[in-house]
Amino acid sequence: MDHLLSPAAWGLAAVQALLYAALAPFVVGWVRKVKAWLQNRRGAPVLQPYRDLYKLLGKEARVAHTASSLFRAAPYVVFVATWLAAATVPLLAVNLPTTTVADIIVLVGLLALARFFLALAGMDVGTAFGGMGASREMLVSALAEPAMLMAVFTLAMTAHTTNLASMIDAQLAAGLVLRPSLLFALGALILVAIAETGRIPVDNPATHLELTMIHEATILEYSGRHLALMEWAAHIKLVLYGALIANVFVPWGIAQSLTPAAIGVGLAAIVLKLVVLGAALAVGETVLAKMRLFRVPAFLNLALLLALLGLLGHVILEVGG
Amino acid sequence: MSLSDLPLLQQLVLVLAALVLFTSFVLLEQARLVSAIHAFAWQGLLVAAVTSVVAAAAGAHHLYFSSLLTVALKALLIPWMLRRLVQRLDLERHTETLQRPALVIMAGVGLVIFSYWLVLPMVEQELSFTRNIVAISLAAVLIGLLMMVFRKQAVLQVIGFMSIENGLFLAAVSATGGMPLVVELGVAFDVLVAMVLFGVFFFQIRESIETLDVDRLNRLTESAEDVVADSAQRSAAGERQ
Amino acid sequence: MNALLLAVFVPVIGAIVLAWLRPLAMAGAFNVAVSALSFGASVWLAASVAADGEIAGYSFRVDSFNVYLVVLTAFVGLTTSIFSRPYMRHVVAVRMTDERGMRIYHAMYQAFMFTMLLALTTDSLGVLWVAVEGATLATVLLVSLYRTPEAVEAAWKYFILCGVGIALALFGTVLVYFAAQHVLADPHAGLTWSVLYRNAGGLEPAVMSLAFVFLLVGYGTKVGLVPMHQWLPDAHSEGPTPMSAVLSGLLLNVALYAVVRVKMLVDGSLAATSNPHLAGYLLMGFGMLSFLVAGLFLHRQRDIKRMFSYSSIEHMGLMTFAFGLGGPLATFGALLHMLVHSLTKSAIFVTVGHAAHIAGTQRIDNIRGLIRTQPAVGWSLLIGVVAIAGFPPFGVFTSEFLLLTATMQSQPWLTVALLVGLAVAFAGLFRHLHPMVYGAAPDGQKPVAANMLPVFVHLGLVLWLGLSIPAFLARWLDRATELITGTHLL
Repeated sequence: MDHLLSPAAWGLAAVQALLYAALAPFVVGWVRKVKAWLQNRRGAPVLQPYRDLYKLLGKEARVAHTASSLFRAAPYVVFVATWLAAATVPLLAVNLPTTTVADIIVLVGLLALARFFLALAGMDVGTAFGGMGASREMLVSALAEPAMLMAVFTLAMTAHTTNLASMIDAQLAAGLVLRPSLLFALGALILVAIAETGRIPVDNPATHLELTMIHEATILEYSGRHLALMEWAAHIKLVLYGALIANVFVPWGIAQSLTPAAIGVGLAAIVLKLVVLGAALAVGETVLAKMRLFRVPAFLNLALLLALLGLLGHVILEVGG
Repeated sequence: MSLSDLPLLQQLVLVLAALVLFTSFVLLEQARLVSAIHAFAWQGLLVAAVTSVVAAAAGAHHLYFSSLLTVALKALLIPWMLRRLVQRLDLERHTETLQRPALVIMAGVGLVIFSYWLVLPMVEQELSFTRNIVAISLAAVLIGLLMMVFRKQAVLQVIGFMSIENGLFLAAVSATGGMPLVVELGVAFDVLVAMVLFGVFFFQIRESIETLDVDRLNRLTESAEDVVADSAQRSAAGERQ
Repeated sequence: MNALLLAVFVPVIGAIVLAWLRPLAMAGAFNVAVSALSFGASVWLAASVAADGEIAGYSFRVDSFNVYLVVLTAFVGLTTSIFSRPYMRHVVAVRMTDERGMRIYHAMYQAFMFTMLLALTTDSLGVLWVAVEGATLATVLLVSLYRTPEAVEAAWKYFILCGVGIALALFGTVLVYFAAQHVLADPHAGLTWSVLYRNAGGLEPAVMSLAFVFLLVGYGTKVGLVPMHQWLPDAHSEGPTPMSAVLSGLLLNVALYAVVRVKMLVDGSLAATSNPHLAGYLLMGFGMLSFLVAGLFLHRQRDIKRMFSYSSIEHMGLMTFAFGLGGPLATFGALLHMLVHSLTKSAIFVTVGHAAHIAGTQRIDNIRGLIRTQPAVGWSLLIGVVAIAGFPPFGVFTSEFLLLTATMQSQPWLTVALLVGLAVAFAGLFRHLHPMVYGAAPDGQKPVAANMLPVFVHLGLVLWLGLSIPAFLARWLDRATELITGTHLL
């Protein structure tokens, strides 16, 4: 642990954070590509999201005259908060300064901050769509957050810590152990991830119909670089959840030392896991239909139930006497 | 003794038992009749799987027969009978949503905690790896009971009753390593006969009150002024077949 | 051994034959014949047990406690089958059921007798459970025999409530088996009652207490203990009268027998702990509650069979209380009460069946002037109610007196509750009885063809038992008391 504060470790931490931002559009592009294949289309190239972001960054950002300074600041706050949250989730290696200092409560808190500003931005301009999007977003998050915290606590109880890096270390040390609590926590987190990242069946990321959009409605008024930052933040959030699920529940491959070989293996492992998860997400989105909004609470109650069962399962089944 | 010290098979037993509890909750909340029957079949299959894995892990070979019996009866025969009944009663598209799902689910979770507390003094001395499943099986029994209380449709009540039997079987396997074979066969026979009689009853109920909503079976109460049935009416009418 | 097998398994053959036998007259006669054979075998069995002590084998076990219940069950089964012949002929004549229904009726009657006898004579708690559940299943179709909405509702309630109760009893049985695993040399004998009884001291008290709660709630549902009694008034009033007679007179006894057997195990297990009377207190609590609640509910009833069902609940509560009180005096009283209550209640239900036929209705308000129309029925009903209310010189008085004496010895304040309850029930019964028997008979009310012999025999026996209990019966009951409590009374 004493090499934790070494320049190499900090450098790797910075590289990891940049990698999040860099990989995010790729993962989104991959998901869209797989969806296109499943729909018998060729689809846009995998690197298309990069081109979209580049294009948006070059365009002029038009701001409504009813907007306040919050509207201009929100994209930056959202992007930075999401990026920082992502930086706390181990991607390549476990023992890095950023990941060992911040724990999962910080992660949830940063995501909540981002969501808060997103909702404020939606309401700031005063349009109907923005307000509607903000209220729907808050509905989903109000129900998803308890489920996420419950699932997180289940994980924490098993590893006796809320620190993600320690959790992954504990998982790797234990070897292949079938825990009912983790199984249920995984189910709960997948459902929560779908809700929080705004994917089908909760929200359609490609729609702009009034009846169906949640996340899109809050960023409807943005253009240019503001829109680029918001979209990028959404992409990073998706990779964040993907990395969280992949590295906590299937941690094998992640680098536990800072040697180049381990890091190389770690990079390959995480890319593989994200590719698989992305393909699974695409399949899920193709097979399932988007739920009507009043059914979303039932969906999230299922997530909460799974998380609760995971917690109960841990206490009843796994704590030996 | 923590979980990671147990061999893999025994961990598998715990996972399967947790899944049985999950199916109990699914049954509690399921609105569609046919989906409820499928969930019940899955529960039977999971209970049989627990039995088989316990048999493999503990070396108790007579449990393989019990597991086979469970699969044949609870996962295949009884769901098939229920399915056929539902078809003959024209209830395939019937749905019945729970009135207050959040409250009922919370009650279910409360029952899980209660059953854990109840069996705690019992399992503290027990050294077998299946001791923790006793709480799960009692919870499955109590949640089946909850389902029977909150469900108004006769078929769903019967499914609740059958899932109580599933929980009892799981309790027998987990607490004691299986009851004597004679008793298990007797219990299975009783369950089968009960299912047949339930089938007969569905038709009798529907014939008398035109629906299978058992809340409408309310002629015999203490608060009703009179007992409506009159022997005179019955003997005078005399229009039985 | 042969006597035992004959007594228990003849009804099975009877059930199978009766399922196929079409002519109604022949079926009725065959039913009586099978019951007579079973009764004869049970008397032979009782004689063998009196001579040799216990009989055990093939996981059956007949000791002094259950042999007397076996004889009682077979006897009441016989007399009820005699009564049911003309009664069911009348039922078919007024088209309340048909030939197919009668075949089911006769077959299920014998199947029901078989399950009860099996429950009484088995040594395995598991087989006991299977038999009690089997008894429920056998009678469920009979309760709904008339196919009226009320009958279907009563049968459904009966099925669901008793089914759930029995399921809880199975959990209790599993717990007992679990407790036995650590104590016994041969774990597979963990459900054998006699083995468990010998090793009761070693059974884990915490587990046995939990098991007893489940078993009490489970089998107590079948005994009709409040608050699990909701099915009883409906099931006993909506089914055919012979069914009411055997359900009230016999099945409740069998369920109580199961509870007492388990109590014997639990007492042995808890004897060395700080709370050795837990089982007794639970029984006393449920018994007293049932006794008082049923006595109060009796007043509100409008249907004659429902009223007498509540009387059954009340008496079962009294018996449960007595078994819970423990000690030789109360236990002897409870055993005697099981006997006289069975005889009196089945006689009452038979008479009530005839009264309902005479009046054409089961509603108390519409039954009038029975004594004038058919004196045999009227007088039988009057005497039956006098007997069941606990008047001397009938047997019920003797057993209640024994119970009151025992209560005064150990829990004096509860005697007040018992006396109040008895008075309330007596008032309720007579309040409803008086106009039924003595009121002005409505015009056109005619007597029905009735075989009152079973009633006279039962009431005669109860009177005999009240005046002087024969020595062999006293010895019999005394041995049973000794088995249950460990001490003689006489």
